[in-house]
Amino acid sequence: MPSGNRDRLRVQGSPARRGPLPGRAGFGAVATPYAFILPAVLLFSTFSVYPFFLLTCTSLLDWDGISATKSFVGFSNYWSVLTQDPVFWRSFGQAGFITLLALIFQNAVALLLAIAVNRRLRGASIYKTIFFLPPILSEIVVGLIWFWIYDGNFGIFNYALKAIGLGALARPWLADPRTALTAVAIIHMWKGFGWGFVIFLAGLQTIPEELYEAARVDGANAWTRFRHITLPLLAPVCVMVSILTILGTMQIFALIVATTGGGPGYHTEVPITRIYHSMLGSSRFGYACAQGIVFGLILLVFSLIQMRFQRRST
Amino acid sequence: MLMPMALSPRLTTLMQRTREWLGQVGWHVLCLPVAVSCLFPLVWMLSSSLKTQQTVFNDYRIIPATPHFDNYVRAWIQGRFGIYFLNSLGYTAVIVGGVVALAALAAYAFSRFTFRGSGFLYKLLLSTMLVPIPGAFVALYILLNQLGLIDQGQGEWLPRLGYLLPQVNVGLPFGIFILKPFFDTIPKELEESAAVDGCGPLRTFWHITLPLARPALGVVALLTALSAWNEFLLAYLVFSRHELMPLQRGLLAFHGAHLTEYPLLMAGMVISIVPIVAIYLVMQHNIIRGITAGALKG
Repeated sequence: MPSGNRDRLRVQGSPARRGPLPGRAGFGAVATPYAFILPAVLLFSTFSVYPFFLLTCTSLLDWDGISATKSFVGFSNYWSVLTQDPVFWRSFGQAGFITLLALIFQNAVALLLAIAVNRRLRGASIYKTIFFLPPILSEIVVGLIWFWIYDGNFGIFNYALKAIGLGALARPWLADPRTALTAVAIIHMWKGFGWGFVIFLAGLQTIPEELYEAARVDGANAWTRFRHITLPLLAPVCVMVSILTILGTMQIFALIVATTGGGPGYHTEVPITRIYHSMLGSSRFGYACAQGIVFGLILLVFSLIQMRFQRRST
Repeated sequence: MLMPMALSPRLTTLMQRTREWLGQVGWHVLCLPVAVSCLFPLVWMLSSSLKTQQTVFNDYRIIPATPHFDNYVRAWIQGRFGIYFLNSLGYTAVIVGGVVALAALAAYAFSRFTFRGSGFLYKLLLSTMLVPIPGAFVALYILLNQLGLIDQGQGEWLPRLGYLLPQVNVGLPFGIFILKPFFDTIPKELEESAAVDGCGPLRTFWHITLPLARPALGVVALLTALSAWNEFLLAYLVFSRHELMPLQRGLLAFHGAHLTEYPLLMAGMVISIVPIVAIYLVMQHNIIRGITAGALKG
């Protein structure tokens, strides 16, 4: 540890600046910030930076992940991903389908509920507590609860349908190719809307009440107030929520593992399940990395839009 | 509101009140079904966890005729959920401790010192929160395998380490992101007087800055705990032995091995959510504050 005299030099604006010249501060004082940051940097280099390079390099190899022989194949993995992997692109489209449903329904419900709870609704805090309950549960727990609710033979969902005379619709929702993907999307939205809700609510609470008062005095009705005050002022929050919904939903994984495992057939496969399968299912590590990078580059477009928006709003 | 002047003031207030009341009812009509749909799956999980292997398939009442609380004992012991629970508890504690300690140290350096590469490093760390690298888990698996930290029957501490270290790393950017601006708001004068009294930087940090940063540290700890408790992908990659698995991985293992044993599975799930639901109910405000800060601030 450096001596107290040297430390004083490093504390900005300290009266000790009148002391010895910075040049004589010595190694201790210069090293102090690095000592503080070293543990984080070590971990970050090992588990974020190095894997990033490993990912890039491995994507150029044909490698089963175990054997010592790795053959350099250039960009042929990428070529295969782009031109010879219909299942991967199908999985991409399926994640896109869930994302689209989430963007429309999950976020609409989230916004509507946020507006409701923001209106000094009686029991608002209870609603808030309940709506944010699904987001704090794990995808595995949520997936397994719904797996049981959707169960074809004994699930409460089919039982309820029969009870109200719609027994003809009853089916194994997660095992039927026609319904599996939508059923998964519903679970995902059930888990996710509360998250959008709290962010919309936080956004709404930053809009000053005086604006609404003034509009009311001018005779603006509820719709006009929503259209001309709430919507424009909430637009940046809407964009943020939409982008985070896209990034989060496209990378859905645990929920799929807990409910369908990608089945029936390939009907609920998503990009991450495909990458996982390429890696540990078919032992094509290089190919899995190439899939990951292609997918990551597509997602990067959305995160760049997000960064641009954040810069503008701050 | 434009009101005809002829209406008596009493009638006007009556109309206003009716409007307000109708508005309240309207919003409740919207919110109530959503709230019920949020709670019902959880109620159904609780209900199913108290039924027997037979009644779970034919007794559709929410409150079963004879609740079988012994399911929880069986889930805890035979279902191995006791082991999974204690593993999760240990993993979460270590990850929270690691993230809070390392993120606080790093955030303090970013807040108080300018050193070579500090700006670049700060941006690089935070960029991992924004830039998605969906294939990163493949590279992480290769790395952990090279380091001998994937569970393949070796000493149990290696796979545990392989599970813990990457998660501390994953939590760092968020921790720094919350703590650095908070440290910026703490006046430097306090630290300067401590330095004048001969306190080294580490002691100043420990005795002066950290106690003042308790609220922000709390938010970081809470959100880290939440994501550590719910983590699945890494546990799926690393562990193959049941005695090392955390709850999320254990739940899937149980479900895979006993596909139709819903009462025990549901009991295991209730066990797995009790701690986070309890923490959520007490700390709700802080959790939501952390979530919104992560999403809204840039």
